[in-house]
Amino acid sequence: MVAPEKQVKQLDRVIIRFAGDSGDGMQLTGDRFTQETAVFGNDLVTLPNFPAEIRAPQGTLPGVSSFQVHFADHDILTAGDAPDVLVAMNPAALRANLGDLTPGATIIVDTHDFTARNLTKAGYQANPLEDESLADFVVHTVDLTGMTVEAVKEFGLSRKDASRAKNMFALGLLSWMYGRPTETTVDFVSKRFAKVPAIRDANITAFKSGWYFGETTEAFAVRYEIKPATMPSGTYRNITGNLALSYGLIAGGVQAGLPVFLGSYPITPASDILHELSKHKGFGVTTFQAEDEIAGVGAAIGASFAGQLGVTTTSGPGVSLKSEAIGLAIMTELPLVVVDVQRGGPSTGLPTKTEQADLLQAMFGRNGEAPLPIVAPRSPGDCFDAAVEAVRIAITYRTPVMLLSDGYLANGSEPWRIPSLDELPAIDPAFATETNHGEGDDAEFWPYLRDEATLARPWAIPGTPGLEHRLGGLEKGDGHGNISYDPANHDFMVRTRQAKVDRVADSLPPLEVDDPSGEAKVLVLGWGSTYGPIGAGVRRVRKAGYHVAQAHLRHLNPFPKDLGEVLKRYDKVLVPEMNLGQLSLLLRAEYLVDVVGYNEVRGLPLKATQLAHVIADLVGQAEDTTVELGIWGQPSQKEDV
Amino acid sequence: MTTQPLTELGIPSFRSGTESVPATDEPQTGKDFTSDQEVRWCPGCGDYAVLKAVQSFLPDLGLRRENIVFISGIGCSSRFPYYLDTYGMHSIHGRAPTIATGIATAREDLSVWVVTGDGDALSIGGNHLIHALRRNVNMTILLFNNRIYGLTKGQYSPTSETGKVTKSTPMGSLDHPFNPVSLALGAEGTFVARTIDSDRKHLTSVLAAAAAHRGTSLVEIYQNCPIFNDGAFDAIKSPETKADAIIPLVQGEPITFGVDGAKALVHDEATGGVKVVETADVDAADILVHDAHNPEPTTAFAISRLTDSGYLNTSPIGIFRQVERTTYDDAARQQVAVATGDASGNDDTADRAARLAALISGGDTWTVG
Repeated sequence: MVAPEKQVKQLDRVIIRFAGDSGDGMQLTGDRFTQETAVFGNDLVTLPNFPAEIRAPQGTLPGVSSFQVHFADHDILTAGDAPDVLVAMNPAALRANLGDLTPGATIIVDTHDFTARNLTKAGYQANPLEDESLADFVVHTVDLTGMTVEAVKEFGLSRKDASRAKNMFALGLLSWMYGRPTETTVDFVSKRFAKVPAIRDANITAFKSGWYFGETTEAFAVRYEIKPATMPSGTYRNITGNLALSYGLIAGGVQAGLPVFLGSYPITPASDILHELSKHKGFGVTTFQAEDEIAGVGAAIGASFAGQLGVTTTSGPGVSLKSEAIGLAIMTELPLVVVDVQRGGPSTGLPTKTEQADLLQAMFGRNGEAPLPIVAPRSPGDCFDAAVEAVRIAITYRTPVMLLSDGYLANGSEPWRIPSLDELPAIDPAFATETNHGEGDDAEFWPYLRDEATLARPWAIPGTPGLEHRLGGLEKGDGHGNISYDPANHDFMVRTRQAKVDRVADSLPPLEVDDPSGEAKVLVLGWGSTYGPIGAGVRRVRKAGYHVAQAHLRHLNPFPKDLGEVLKRYDKVLVPEMNLGQLSLLLRAEYLVDVVGYNEVRGLPLKATQLAHVIADLVGQAEDTTVELGIWGQPSQKEDV
Repeated sequence: MTTQPLTELGIPSFRSGTESVPATDEPQTGKDFTSDQEVRWCPGCGDYAVLKAVQSFLPDLGLRRENIVFISGIGCSSRFPYYLDTYGMHSIHGRAPTIATGIATAREDLSVWVVTGDGDALSIGGNHLIHALRRNVNMTILLFNNRIYGLTKGQYSPTSETGKVTKSTPMGSLDHPFNPVSLALGAEGTFVARTIDSDRKHLTSVLAAAAAHRGTSLVEIYQNCPIFNDGAFDAIKSPETKADAIIPLVQGEPITFGVDGAKALVHDEATGGVKVVETADVDAADILVHDAHNPEPTTAFAISRLTDSGYLNTSPIGIFRQVERTTYDDAARQQVAVATGDASGNDDTADRAARLAALISGGDTWTVG
């Protein structure tokens, strides 16, 4: 496509939000814009946001689906607090998203759906395009639908089908505005609709028409340039958390030389892991869609007993159902990876929204003293490494491991530097093949004799002659593993299971603390998907000229060995979480440190601006000064964050 | 939506239930299958007889002992695996079929057995039982039915007769009971049988047929609980009454019972089911000939309805249904084999690593200096 002769403005970063009806294809539009942006070489972070209903009533506020993408010429950490550009495909999309905009933001509106009926459905008394209510914004009113229908009429589609391509028109327009490469989208559409040429051609035509419209219309006088970001060398791809996590599980299986067995029941927002793994049977992956959550974990435990890598994937409500079986895996000391893609709770809660409120469930949500290691990824791409780590711990220590992702990580995406496989840890299943107790004719296999270093028990799989043994949920006698009701043995075994989980800490690196000046008095400590917002908040405070340290936990149980010492180095420790203070509670209990919580459970990621203010307050208290953030306290400062 | 015909997967044609399990040339005895654990059921419990029968039957299979796995849930009968010197797991309440499904799918070379009871299989684990049956995972489920909860000390179970007075139902139980055979047939189980703890010969013959069946075999075993439900099966056990109480199902044989075969089963045109008649009153040609291999489960279901739901006076005993259907685990392994491009499913690890590197590098990528 020919470069336009229009004014070009340089920007360092832009936040765009595509919003429309849940049937308008906003997720696809956002995803395509993201791919174009990734290929262009910007750093980026995305935030899809959609209703749990597949098709909520058309034109209503609950039916609004949106996709936010933040891209920049430098490395960024969040999907951004306030969109610079809102693309609103109908009145409801405008109304639902307007509150997130700051004055000066650009709004591109498809006027086609601004009918009296649709305005009423969205709760508007008057047409906002015709009064002064949008005076603070730069508003472009465009009949996207009408122009799309006109552009694709040669393909003989029904009006309804023709108007469906309006999202591609919008994508074309935005792609022109921000100088995105178009080949990936044309290729994508060609492949996706290869079997329906009329739809394929209509979509490509709508996409190109959107671009040409931007180029020719006088309504858009400026286009923007955001240069590629400087990133560490390597080959990159854009990746969502669920995809990275799926690849991590496959990689864990490959590293261990074991077939992966996934037992799972569909649940939002974890189902995409089941979908993805079911495509990769070529890696020896078996996927079993079970009759319920319990059967999913049960089959995974069975597969682990049989010598495969048992995995089960779910969200919080599913973990509740699996709890008893996870206890069985703790008692039988079998490897098992339990993936909890957390969502808003309790009960059914907010299925498509994010939250971090399953930490204590992961930690304590079983009967008896039932400890297990907990691992959490910090970003979409990090889901890969976290999954490999969960596999490593599960196999090395013969234990279920809880991998706590969340809805934001699952569906959000970022550029991911593709790792070389030799960066991954070696994982040795070390199956038992020999008897391990007694000599000669008295030689026996004792399934609960432990490795001295790890306290792991031997994993002897069926088919191994001479090592026949019985596992079960009843308390085991130390060593021989037969049923034991002996009080001293039970006390010993409870402590031993705990000690085994604690031993995982021996294999962990020291906690990385980011404290560039070494003068910080405040440490911000987080876990999971709050990494991005915390990092962005910390950067804002530092830009404003203050000292603050940041650390982020991959391992929630056991904690890194030096965590207590790190906490005590700082006057104040801030723990932001998308729950009511679950990590705070664990830290207080473990280290007797008076951590300060910052807690939100809004179903959305924390906002960097808000965190910057919270951190600033604490820095002010610690340093006994007044902290002024200046522009770094504004959601939409046009500077580097 | 599209469907993919399973026939195109190239699943190996029908084989016996144990064909892919390594056999042994070593002579085996029941003692080889007896673990060193002390058996701890109540004196007189029917479980002893079943254990003894299973221990002496297992050598007949001729399989390597290390390739046999017994999985159980919770309940008196679920202690079973501890007493067998094979691989085993005493798991959690109701979930044994799920664990067995994982094992059977993961490993073709294992003979997988589930030991369960009427509470374990039909109450807390009812869902898993019917789904195992419909999937037809290659495993044999031994359902010990004593029509009572034993381990929790005597509450009514989902197979207890309505009105049963127990600790939890002092005014009589209200629940209508399940008929396990009807339930299994309704779930389209491919092998459904019933036998009796005290009839070693019949029990063993049913176990042999169940093990040979490729798919989920459900064997209901009437088992007496001498403590909480003693005498529940007296009618079919007592020498005086059993001829009239047991309706024997023998493949290819007319179904007659009673002293001197005085009673017979015929189709009941009024109900579409089957009914009991005096043999003398009907033409020999009208007497139902038992055909467990009939692909339609209708007649087998009708026969299963002749089981008393209240106090047990009559009950059909034998193999109700025995038909061939592709097993879930064979099909699942074949999908993996097709996808790996290796019928054995064992591609080499180096190749796998190379393909993993290619997989994660897929999609739209870009390189930074």
